[in-house]
Amino acid sequence: MLSAYADLIRIRFLTMLAYRVNYYSGIVIYAINIGAYYFLWLAVYGNNESLGGMTSAQMTTYIAVSWMARAFYFNNLDREIANDIRDGSVAVQFIRPYNYLLVKTMQGFGEGLFRLLMFSVPGMVVVSLLFPVVFPTDPLVWGVFLTMLLLSFLINSEINILTGLFAFFVENNEGMMRMKRVAVDLFSGLIIPLSFFPDAMRVVLEWLPFQAIAYLPGSVFTGRVTGGEAYRLLIVQLAWCAALIAPIWAMWRAARRRLFVQGG
Amino acid sequence: MYALSLVGEYLKNYLKRRLTYRSDFWVEIASDLMFQGVNLFFILVVFMHTPFLGGWSQDEVVFIYGFFMVPNGIFNCLFNLWGFTERYIVKGEMDRVLTRPAHNLLQLVLENLDPASLFGSVVGIVVMAVAGGKIGLEWTWYDPFLFVLFTVGAVMIYGGVYVALTAISFFSDAPTGILPLMWNIQNYVRYPVNIYNKAIRFTLTFVLPFAFVGFYPAAYFLDREHWTAPALWTPVVGAVFFKLGVAFWNYGVRKYRGAGS
Repeated sequence: MLSAYADLIRIRFLTMLAYRVNYYSGIVIYAINIGAYYFLWLAVYGNNESLGGMTSAQMTTYIAVSWMARAFYFNNLDREIANDIRDGSVAVQFIRPYNYLLVKTMQGFGEGLFRLLMFSVPGMVVVSLLFPVVFPTDPLVWGVFLTMLLLSFLINSEINILTGLFAFFVENNEGMMRMKRVAVDLFSGLIIPLSFFPDAMRVVLEWLPFQAIAYLPGSVFTGRVTGGEAYRLLIVQLAWCAALIAPIWAMWRAARRRLFVQGG
Repeated sequence: MYALSLVGEYLKNYLKRRLTYRSDFWVEIASDLMFQGVNLFFILVVFMHTPFLGGWSQDEVVFIYGFFMVPNGIFNCLFNLWGFTERYIVKGEMDRVLTRPAHNLLQLVLENLDPASLFGSVVGIVVMAVAGGKIGLEWTWYDPFLFVLFTVGAVMIYGGVYVALTAISFFSDAPTGILPLMWNIQNYVRYPVNIYNKAIRFTLTFVLPFAFVGFYPAAYFLDREHWTAPALWTPVVGAVFFKLGVAFWNYGVRKYRGAGS
């Protein structure tokens, strides 16, 4: 059974490989985004050495690593699931001898793995040549960061699955998917690190799962958070990863009772 | 005249389509506004940590963003060809368009019109008015005319570059993924260009002149002394780039052979 899921990862990886041209332009796009935010934050920092608990060097690294991490954890599982539900092909998935949601996650993982190797790694090299990015020197930090990156992927996928499954209950969840996308980019700390938010808002965001996607791993990578505190962040991620399974399971159970194929 | 009557007919068609899926219309507007809201929120958060951004105050940067929203909304309404390769080249709908008498680009624009985006322009004007009021901007009698002129120029720059990039589909059969570039370059033009380094400033002024879409014309209203000259170039740059974009498009159409489906 396990090898079946491993195969799904491999197949999606190979499919992505067949369309790799798309990803060269993708590297340029991410470089543009990183450049825009780099200069913007440079202007914000001005003569200040440190703002919002981050030095300007840490900020540069944070922007670069957050965008490159996004290439890995980002996927369109919400859209894929919603499409399967809308065109009715999810009915076929129900009768197959595997777990549909797990299959989707594995496919997303194959896609993410492809982008990590073909996109984030070369992209990070290019970006570090253009901008003053500081890499962590401690291998332990790298280890913690990579573990957190994997958890980022899982949490983001869980949120995507939840959004996608809403298509079972409403006829059109397009708006919801778009809003989720904006919410994830903003609340995860990708665009603005959480420590820059107004206090009241930050407190709320710290109790939401979004920060676990970008802000927590970024904090470890930049060295804003070190030692035991880094492990605490890892545990926060683990907790969210586990906690999000419950609503997905509940929704999946409820959905199977009220599958309603439009048009068919 | 002929083109105008077509516009009327296509708009009628659009409304009929929209009225069947009313909620989609509002969802689209809401998510569009949410996206703009995030960008404005970003500006507000940034200014909680610094009084000036490249020498510009918060209200001034918000004003620039408001101006940017106006041509941006009109552009999104007119040039909604994001799925051009898949729909018109791969599925072969371009052949249908080419057999009709009206100019093919005009047909494409009208078929894909998206008036919901104009709502963003309206919000942009409101944002400009609020920010401008706070700064205490003085308006002369000819400023509204200049505003219209700048907006038209900005939309033409946007449209010209977009049309040229879309025309690449005629030459390459695989989706190049180059169009999202456009969307991402917008990240630069919403803020004062003087915060960027020379290379980026040069690119945004001469190569992909997106600085004329937002910053240069908006800066004219904020600081006439320094920015009148660059702002006045907006319509000229717009005319040149639109002309070039359409010329490249027409060249592409002549080269177009169909996908054979």
